[in-house]
Amino acid sequence: MTLYPMDAPAQGPTRDLPRLMSAAPILSMTGINRRFGTVVALQDVSATVYPGEVLGIVGESGSGKSTLLRMMNLEDSPDSGDYRLAIPGSAGNLFDLDRYARRMLCARHIGIVYQNPHLGLLMENSSSGNVAERLLIAGERRFSVLRSRAREALDASEFPLERMDARPVELSGGMQQRVQLAKAIALEPALLLLDEPTTGLDVSVQALVLDTLKRLQRDRAITMVLVSHDLGVIRTMADRVMVMRKGRVVEEGLADQIFQDPQHPYTQALVHAKL
Amino acid sequence: MIVQTAMPAASASLAPDLPVIEVEGLAKHFDMHHLGQRLDAFSGIGFRIMPGQFLLLTGHNGAGKSTLLRTLYRSYLPQAGHVWLNTAEGRIDLARAADVDVALLRRREIGFVTQFLNARPRVPAEDLVAEPLRLAGRPAAEALAVARAALAEFGVKRELWAAYPSTFSGGEQQKVNLARALILPQRLLLLDEPTASLDAGARAALVRRLAALKAQGVAMIGVFHHPGDVAGLIDAELNLDNKETSNVAK
Repeated sequence: MTLYPMDAPAQGPTRDLPRLMSAAPILSMTGINRRFGTVVALQDVSATVYPGEVLGIVGESGSGKSTLLRMMNLEDSPDSGDYRLAIPGSAGNLFDLDRYARRMLCARHIGIVYQNPHLGLLMENSSSGNVAERLLIAGERRFSVLRSRAREALDASEFPLERMDARPVELSGGMQQRVQLAKAIALEPALLLLDEPTTGLDVSVQALVLDTLKRLQRDRAITMVLVSHDLGVIRTMADRVMVMRKGRVVEEGLADQIFQDPQHPYTQALVHAKL
Repeated sequence: MIVQTAMPAASASLAPDLPVIEVEGLAKHFDMHHLGQRLDAFSGIGFRIMPGQFLLLTGHNGAGKSTLLRTLYRSYLPQAGHVWLNTAEGRIDLARAADVDVALLRRREIGFVTQFLNARPRVPAEDLVAEPLRLAGRPAAEALAVARAALAEFGVKRELWAAYPSTFSGGEQQKVNLARALILPQRLLLLDEPTASLDAGARAALVRRLAALKAQGVAMIGVFHHPGDVAGLIDAELNLDNKETSNVAK
């Protein structure tokens, strides 16, 4: 191998459009722009996620990754941009939906796990009640069905069922994340959004939560979008990775390519900074 | 993980006179932004491999042997050239193919055997080996049975099958790695020093397996620290020091 002075800034080689992937994307976002006052939070961001894939989104604090995830969960609207999900009965730009329609769509088709369990759970309600609430919103009224499906979702999230009636406030951080996960997957969502799901957990608990996610991915082929600033988590979980900086996508690629052959100066700095 | 699509499984059923892979003018360099420098790995690489052929990559340390394998697998992005893979769906240029297509091809057509196992915490050896089959849609019990047979083939002791490989010795980990990497049928196998750290028994098992795959029409490109391990399988050599390809007399 020979060293030369660099002559031009690196541009990743252009890639062809998918030819072999016959399935349509579950998620397609194009041209998302969002400003908060003078701050540009997202600038011309596009993302595509195919069925069964895990898309990892990495970037430093303030890069716009969590704002983008909130858009995917229809909690916020962009100044401009288009968002489509390949789910039954959905056509057109989801940002055009009113609040009620958004809420119904999210309850039925999108699950989310937040870093902070207080955002995702009612801490004083029982764990099983938290999961059942999701089913109630979607229209289920039969108590026995609510109970059995909550139990099933908690079990799939590897939550100890003898504690299913404990309140999240009484649970450890790792257990709270499992309740969030159970709530998120109770309706078998088309899309599971994970916003720093293991940040702040002990390393051993983090490994357990990641293992649960991996198992769910393997057994149920759930499509996931995972936001994390922890490159180890992204490397363990993601098939493809999108790197964000200052509201823009600076690079995207297969996870092993992003980690082994990063192209953009920022991605190189990020990857090389990993311990 | 990418779910199943209608794409047919890998098979050697494509026309036998069609190369599995054709590489043209392939070039790779690394831009090291923090140094403001460019590291040239190789350029002008070209070769073609027919079904059942085995190409050995040779050259001194740093000649770019492993870099070439990783570029063919698309862990590295090439700057120029083409890597044409003849698939059942037509000719695909791996140098430019969409990421999702590369991910699918890795599942169905291209295997990469490294010298290290990527052991995940809390995953037993037999589950790790069975995972590619599970992801390809095979039932759990069947996948586990095939995985156990593969572990036995490479000499992993039965009492270790349910244990976590992260606690195994380097040699034992490599046996698990081989069992996993070779569990799915493929048309092209990339081999990056797979015999390093193996004992004689496992090395012989690997060579037997590679010979069987070769007989089935699987094409292989490999780097071996001791090419004598696979001497009987080699059809051609590509020396990356001078980029010359030579056929090996049988």
